[in-house]
Amino acid sequence: MKVGILRPKIQVLDEEHKNKIYIEAKEILENLGIFLENENAKELFHNEGISHEGLRYFIPSDLVEKCLKTVPSEIKLYDREGKEHITLGEDNVHFDPGSAAILYFDETSGEIRNAIKEDFIRFSKVVEHLQYIEAQSTALIYQDVPKEAQDWHRLFIALTNCYKPVVTGTFRKESFTIMKDLLLSCRRSEDDLARKPLAIFDACPSPPLKWSDLTTQSLIDAAVSMIPSEFVSMPLAGASAPMSLIGSITQHCAECLAGVVIGQLTKTGAPLIWGGSPAILDMKQGTTPMGAIETMMINLGDVEMGKFLKMPTHAYMSLSDSKVPDTQAGFEAGMGALLAGLAGVNMVSGPGMLDFESTQSIEKLVIDNELIGMVKRLLQGIEDYGSPFAANILKDYEDKEELLSHPSTLKLFRKELFLAGPVIDRQSRDMWKASGAKSTRKRAKEEAFKLLSKGSLRPIDDRVAKELEDVALKHL
Amino acid sequence: MFFGDNKLVQEQFYKEISDAIVNLDKERAIELAKRAIIENMNLLEVIEKGYGDGIRRIGDLWEEGDFFLPELMLGGTIMQESMDILLPELKRSGENINLGTVVIATIEGDIHSIGKTIVGTMLSANGFEVYDLGADVPAEKIVNTAIEKNADVIGVSALLTTTMFGQKKIVDILEEKGIRSKFKVIIGGAPVTKSWTEECQADGFASSAVEAVKLVKKLLNK
Repeated sequence: MKVGILRPKIQVLDEEHKNKIYIEAKEILENLGIFLENENAKELFHNEGISHEGLRYFIPSDLVEKCLKTVPSEIKLYDREGKEHITLGEDNVHFDPGSAAILYFDETSGEIRNAIKEDFIRFSKVVEHLQYIEAQSTALIYQDVPKEAQDWHRLFIALTNCYKPVVTGTFRKESFTIMKDLLLSCRRSEDDLARKPLAIFDACPSPPLKWSDLTTQSLIDAAVSMIPSEFVSMPLAGASAPMSLIGSITQHCAECLAGVVIGQLTKTGAPLIWGGSPAILDMKQGTTPMGAIETMMINLGDVEMGKFLKMPTHAYMSLSDSKVPDTQAGFEAGMGALLAGLAGVNMVSGPGMLDFESTQSIEKLVIDNELIGMVKRLLQGIEDYGSPFAANILKDYEDKEELLSHPSTLKLFRKELFLAGPVIDRQSRDMWKASGAKSTRKRAKEEAFKLLSKGSLRPIDDRVAKELEDVALKHL
Repeated sequence: MFFGDNKLVQEQFYKEISDAIVNLDKERAIELAKRAIIENMNLLEVIEKGYGDGIRRIGDLWEEGDFFLPELMLGGTIMQESMDILLPELKRSGENINLGTVVIATIEGDIHSIGKTIVGTMLSANGFEVYDLGADVPAEKIVNTAIEKNADVIGVSALLTTTMFGQKKIVDILEEKGIRSKFKVIIGGAPVTKSWTEECQADGFASSAVEAVKLVKKLLNK
């Protein structure tokens, strides 16, 4: 991305504290250790001579340091057709819809209900059209497929309906192979898939300091195939992590460093993303607010640590705890997207999501797309086109007493301005009234229907569609 | 290219003109205007089916959200410059395509001129003869110019709630002089509403330049 004079940024930690957090996280791994259930990981650790007490494995600091040296600092993602799409690295910022919601906010009935396959098909088709949401995700868990197909089937639907790279994950160890087969349907060979990653697999350690059997296996399977894994470490400040934000950031660092070790011991150079979904505990409701400012602050600290350790970064931001796409949803998603942008989070999962990561909404997704457009504009900063900046143009003002028709206006307005879509109301009051005095939600809903009626921008090749379907049919 | 009576070739030529306007290609639009004269084409048709079609398409693109104000303005300006070449030729042959005469201004005390300028440009691009008096213009001067130019329409813009009362003053002066029925009065600007239009006893209001063109055409039955 081309940046102007300065890239607008935010920082919550200084070098001294990043160092302290890193050192303490290594000490935690060395002295407290991590809980490990997975047999393959245990074998990897035994081979390295890592000591353990029962399921608690004590990872020496020098091994952590060694593993960090071989993690790639950048991951390129490719689309379904194998075309380079986005790069996770430096301060690049990309968004994907929040993953794995169990409920769907039905924009037609206004009801929050269990999701069905058709909802996810429509969802994927809308994502394809949303310019600022550059990756898709397996965003909905639907109930009308067999339970054992609930993870991989989403990848099948996602790839069939949208060309963008996918953030996904497994719910059962057995599913990884099926999901890899689906990905291979879009590539020429295993090697081709390794060189051109199409999907990221979420690997979620359990706080505090535990790598479960399922998530460890996913991390290992992905590393073997050089498929990127994204750590979704989720310390819950005040419940399963220290109350202090810095304490939670330190715990997150330790959990992710353990992931780095597992990944790099599996395969040197395996692509890994430093990510998370931390939260504070709401001390009245006992809930895990994703829209809380402190949750966002932990995320910012986590991401700074990832950058400090030169890894691609991820965070769950731009989501809301509101149950419907209302004002709270707007400001929480807006603040999250803005902060994530300013922090340079490489992959931001969250758009569309409501109710503590449990509900997905197309209405909110379409609104979030607009606010992300604005965030991306902010990140481009202020451009210097050469001086004088204004004097010559102001001389021309005398001619016509306006600058709207000035050549510089025509030349620059599309570059300088984020041209808001129909979801953002900037009409005069009369035009707003004349066009039905619609609310943001109504406009978003109409936009979603309009996008759905447009059909695919990049329809899937018949052969690839058939191969994907063959894989799906084989396992249903 | 020889045109003669070949309808297909003519249609192709009109399309080229229309495309030049939509592509905001000033050089091409002017070159085609000159060629139309050299080729001795029916200039009324050239204007209506070529340039007029282009400017209508620009209006549609703006309404669809694909074009923005700078493009609307530039399209209007290119149209005007092409007309400057075609209209003297038309007059020479005794034709007149003036759809009507409009005197337009931003009212006294108000220096916001940009909306009014866009409306003026678009009206002019659509075949109206427009006298744009600028901003901060006293009501008396607007009315006097309208009488002098034998205008069909007076357009008054106000961007402030404090100056919009000047719009009503135009109608009051016309009433006093007993010439209200000789002019259609249209008003515009951010604070203007339907109920204000009724209160002023103006003939209509529009909230965009594209709407303003439609409104004037409707009022003059064009």
